[in-house]
Amino acid sequence: MDRSAGDPILRVEGITLAFGGVKALNQVGFSVAPGSITTLIGPNGAGKTSLFNTISGFYKPNAGSIFVAGRDITHLAPPARAKLGLARSFQNIALFRGMTVLDNIKLGRHVHLRTNVFDALFYLGRARREELALREDIERRIVDFLEIDHIRHASVASLPYGLQKRVELARALAMQPTVLMLDEPVAGMNREETEDMARFILDLRAEWGITVLMVEHDMGMVMDLSDHVVVLNFGQVIADGTPTQVQADPEVIRAYLGAGDVADLRRRLRAEAA
Amino acid sequence: MDIWFLIEITLAGLAGGGLYALAALAFVIVYKATRVVNLAIGEMLMIGAYTFFGLSTGLSWPVWLAIPGAVIASALIGGLIERIAIRPMLGEPPISVFMVTVGLSSILVGVVELAWGADTHRLIEFMPRDPIVLGEAFIAPKVFYGFLTALALTLAVLLLFRFWRGGVALRATASDQGAAYAMGIAVPRVFSLSWVAGAAIAAVAGIVVGSIGGLSPTMGIFGLSVLVVVIVGGLDSIAGALVGGLLIGVVEALAGGYLGGEYKLLTTFVVLVVVLMVRPYGLFGTRDIERL
Repeated sequence: MDRSAGDPILRVEGITLAFGGVKALNQVGFSVAPGSITTLIGPNGAGKTSLFNTISGFYKPNAGSIFVAGRDITHLAPPARAKLGLARSFQNIALFRGMTVLDNIKLGRHVHLRTNVFDALFYLGRARREELALREDIERRIVDFLEIDHIRHASVASLPYGLQKRVELARALAMQPTVLMLDEPVAGMNREETEDMARFILDLRAEWGITVLMVEHDMGMVMDLSDHVVVLNFGQVIADGTPTQVQADPEVIRAYLGAGDVADLRRRLRAEAA
Repeated sequence: MDIWFLIEITLAGLAGGGLYALAALAFVIVYKATRVVNLAIGEMLMIGAYTFFGLSTGLSWPVWLAIPGAVIASALIGGLIERIAIRPMLGEPPISVFMVTVGLSSILVGVVELAWGADTHRLIEFMPRDPIVLGEAFIAPKVFYGFLTALALTLAVLLLFRFWRGGVALRATASDQGAAYAMGIAVPRVFSLSWVAGAAIAAVAGIVVGSIGGLSPTMGIFGLSVLVVVIVGGLDSIAGALVGGLLIGVVEALAGGYLGGEYKLLTTFVVLVVVLMVRPYGLFGTRDIERL
């Protein structure tokens, strides 16, 4: 996919986020092209989840701006961002545990319903019925798409881990997002579950044209799926490009492996001593 | 043993328990949405009752206007309390918020004493006077109609929770605040809503309790029994509030009828201890224990 095509659907500019004296993010900037799969990688503590939380509005950045489709959303609350088409999943599964799979998915459409209690009780207008039918249709498609039809009425708390992750993805899809943010979608999954999830991510882009921004540690998956990789280390972007470019970047290799080359290390130490 | 005596006492207990259930509901709604243990629940009942007293006796409003008036005024007060005293405590440890509600109960008692004095008052009579007779069992009319009110309101709240969007938003918020926020649910508004609804329900319960037992600045004591009910039922369970309320009501009435009035509290607290030993999270509560 051509990344240069069109204006970015999501743009992050000069985001700085400090907790007390610790800068979790420092002047972070990158863009996400519409319809692309962009992945944030970086060692533990690099600030990936902080960045996610800033983009979805849980953290207020100390400086910088965030744009969705050219619109500045830096000062919007999370619900308003959800309305603009940002949906996300969480690193630790955050499903509504007391409810069934279908109820969880239905809550995803919460953001698009504008009824109040009187509407719900008395207003059964045609347009509304049609809208409901449409919604049901979308929900059915999501359920079919993610192959969770057999557990529709199961309580989410009783499901195995891999399926819970899938239900969380379904719920995010029910929000009909333009940008889907996935925080470690395959963390803790076995090989088969990982492959399923990778397939879903590719298919959902193909089927609904959804742009995907994800944080992931599974390098095999990152390199296979991503059009664009952004590398964070100590709260800063140290590389930004295609998977191949990023893999070859010496800065990235150093961040992940440390200075592997003893001669190189000696050289640097000598340079610093001089 | 006189079977009609047993039936009469049980019915009275159920009716009284209905009121406990209603007050417990006001507690549970707030706890479910915000995880705040509201120790001022008894005082919120009191505020509702006194507001009704002020409107009906003080301003001579007709009863049909004074009741909704008092409920709405109490709901507004509930919203105000959330905004001023509870919202700033967001993210603070539970014990701090708990202490705020302790302070809140003192403030509410103080406000009532300033406005209406420390004397007891009687609410105007507005419920039908004819006694309710079932076979040979007799139920005091106020208690009976109070029970009907409690039952109707509890059912309404249950239905709202199930089917109304705001109710669904509230359940989702109770389950996972972060996820609910990201799903587009306005969590701060849900917090306000829960306090407004809790205060309105507490006001209804307060008006009924006040019309049965009279008004005084110490009627917040009722809240102590409500706390027993919610702990027995499980802090975050509406069904628990209902069952716990009826259970405690019947236990109290039976103890009072067969053992004597002085055993009422003793029996209630024995039930509390037994339930906590068997199910530390209450009969219907979620299995995580709040330490205070």
